[in-house]
Amino acid sequence: MADLLEVNDLHTQFFTRDGVVHAVDGVSFSLAAGETLGLVGESGCGKSVTALSLMRLIPQPPGKITEGSIVFDGQDVLKMDDDDIRGIRGNNVAMIFQDPMTSLNPVLTISRQISEALELHLKMDKGEARKRTIELLELVGIPSAKKRVDDYPHQFSGGMRQRVMIAMALSCNPKLILADEPTTALDVTIQAQILDLLKNLAREFRTAFILITHDLGVVAGMTQRIHVMYAGRIVEKADTGELFANPKMPYTWGLLRSIPRLDERRKEKLIPIEGLPPDLIAPPTGCRFEPRCQYRRDICREKEPELAAVPNAKPDHEARCWGTQNVPGGGWLVATDWRREVGDTSVIEEIRRGDDTAAAGE
Amino acid sequence: MRTFILRRLLYAIPTLIGISIITFAIVRLSPGDPIRFFTFGVQDITAADIERLRAAYGLDKPIPLQYVDWVGRILRLDFGRSLIYNKDAGQLILELLPNTLQLAITSLVLQLVIGVPLGVVAALKRGTWTDGAIRVFGVAGHAVPAFWLGLMLILFFAVQLRWLPSQGMLTVGADVWDLPDRLKHILLPAFVLSLTGIATYSRILRTETLDVLGQDYVRTAHAKGLRERTVLFVHALRNALIPMVTALGGILAVLVGGALVIEQVFSWPGLGRFTFQAAIAKDYPVIQAGTMIASVLLVASYILRDIAYAVVDPRITVK
Ligand SMILES: Nc1ncnc2c1ncn2[C@@H]1O[C@H](COP(=O)(O)OP(=O)(O)OP(=O)(O)O)[C@@H](O)[C@H]1O
Ligand SMILES: [Mg+2]
Repeated sequence: MADLLEVNDLHTQFFTRDGVVHAVDGVSFSLAAGETLGLVGESGCGKSVTALSLMRLIPQPPGKITEGSIVFDGQDVLKMDDDDIRGIRGNNVAMIFQDPMTSLNPVLTISRQISEALELHLKMDKGEARKRTIELLELVGIPSAKKRVDDYPHQFSGGMRQRVMIAMALSCNPKLILADEPTTALDVTIQAQILDLLKNLAREFRTAFILITHDLGVVAGMTQRIHVMYAGRIVEKADTGELFANPKMPYTWGLLRSIPRLDERRKEKLIPIEGLPPDLIAPPTGCRFEPRCQYRRDICREKEPELAAVPNAKPDHEARCWGTQNVPGGGWLVATDWRREVGDTSVIEEIRRGDDTAAAGE
Repeated sequence: MRTFILRRLLYAIPTLIGISIITFAIVRLSPGDPIRFFTFGVQDITAADIERLRAAYGLDKPIPLQYVDWVGRILRLDFGRSLIYNKDAGQLILELLPNTLQLAITSLVLQLVIGVPLGVVAALKRGTWTDGAIRVFGVAGHAVPAFWLGLMLILFFAVQLRWLPSQGMLTVGADVWDLPDRLKHILLPAFVLSLTGIATYSRILRTETLDVLGQDYVRTAHAKGLRERTVLFVHALRNALIPMVTALGGILAVLVGGALVIEQVFSWPGLGRFTFQAAIAKDYPVIQAGTMIASVLLVASYILRDIAYAVVDPRITVK
């Protein structure tokens, strides 16, 4: 088992007054050391819950990981005792959250908030931790870090705070960083800088990361692989290049069409996916995307497809769609070119170009 | 910081002037004439004698003029002479002030030491019977009248069990430094006086702790691998305590006001009881000296609160 992380059939549920919310419903994936993965999907599809589950940070109650296994670095995270899981958090696995304005403690200095983890996990003394904190702040591009280390979060801008969060995440040389929409709350102009910083530092530190976003444009130049999530499940897995060149699942097509473009002319072509994601308390019994799918057939409503290899595609490209599967009554989408449906091929070409120039979509 | 304090002190001046005008007006305009009051029943006193007395105390002038006179004397720290004791009113009040402060500060400490942990525990055990019990205690703390509770406690602990004294600050004849004796005396009144505060604090702390524990930065703290205890005491509690500082100023006001009733019930020789008796006896200078000194205390407590605020919350800049 050479993988750094192996998630198998993960189920995380929330027990609410209205019923059991199946927020993550049988998610499996793996990640090699140093590998980068994008987890993409609409709001509410279970991306954050997946990430929090990996660190066992699901608030309990109401949440609970009810099934599955998470093996990190050879150890089963779900079987660890509280001390062991704390030893991993912030140390081997670090997390960067969406909103830097609320994710730092307003009454503690930056120095305190970063040093804390260094003192705890790396057993540094106060002086060493402070020195390392200043180095880390310099590393993430905080100007005059020596002076600013004793500032409080409110004295930093949003972008700077997210840099602080990155410094905090990197502080103990983690093997894995979970970045949950790290740029969603930031100005568009700053988003690209932060993503670049994350990518470059992760490469420098040889840290694997999972980048969570609802915007395919954001992951384009960032990660090696992409997993698309819908309604608590992974619905398509592929290498990043393959996914943009040869997407198979109609839901992914929908996401591609709705990538926001800065370019005014293309903005008009932004097509949101019609309809709403299903209720996660009582999800559809067939394909979960079926109610919103333009390409649906009877089989889609009757039975839910498994995640399966896609014909005529790279071997590790998988989709959860009857339209791409070689079964009786299925496979009608194998030869469908989604670009023709949009009637404009320049969109995808531009994304592909963006793939090489880091932050596409900016 | 210094300019901040200076400015707050400047703001305090109009407040104090306002309070002094209002109390002056209430005292003078309320029915009853102190000179008649004190001369009541005195044989062969003539109307001319009464007028002379009135003039001697400056009570024959129009009220606004009396106020100006009074302010002039106050600025020289002269509070006038008590009509009853024929002693300096300021002196009398200042002698009793430490007694009231002793009671107020003891109950403040009780409020914090009991109220804060109760609130935090209620939040951590939300929804359990512990939480419910603390809530019931809080409601009772607000609902039960202090004088009634005071009397009940006296009946039980002093009269029935004879464990604690029922009145005063010190056993007559005991050494002034007999701390256990003082402690026994202060226990009941301080507890009764602290009840509303305990109720208020535990409620605020419960709400705030729950709120803070749901904040993103607490999740960040957990994600760093910190212990539950560190997250609670270092990351959560400091934030939860901030709104309590606001309540602190108000609580001091309640304390000084509440002391009036408590001092009455427990015969505590304090400012409130003395001023109350002066009010009944129409001892103008004492009433005014008492209210003025209590007001200064209050204003000072609000300034202290603002300073405390700036100290606990770095986002508040003090200029
Ligand atoms: N504490 C909770 N109690 C009940 N339901 C929850 C809770 N947290 C999350 N959920 C539910 O779990 C589902 C997945 O939520 P999650 O936060 O993982 O979505 P997401 O993909 O991260 O979306 P977003 O892009 O909005 O962050 C949602 O339907 C949400 O309502
Ligand atoms: Mg999320």
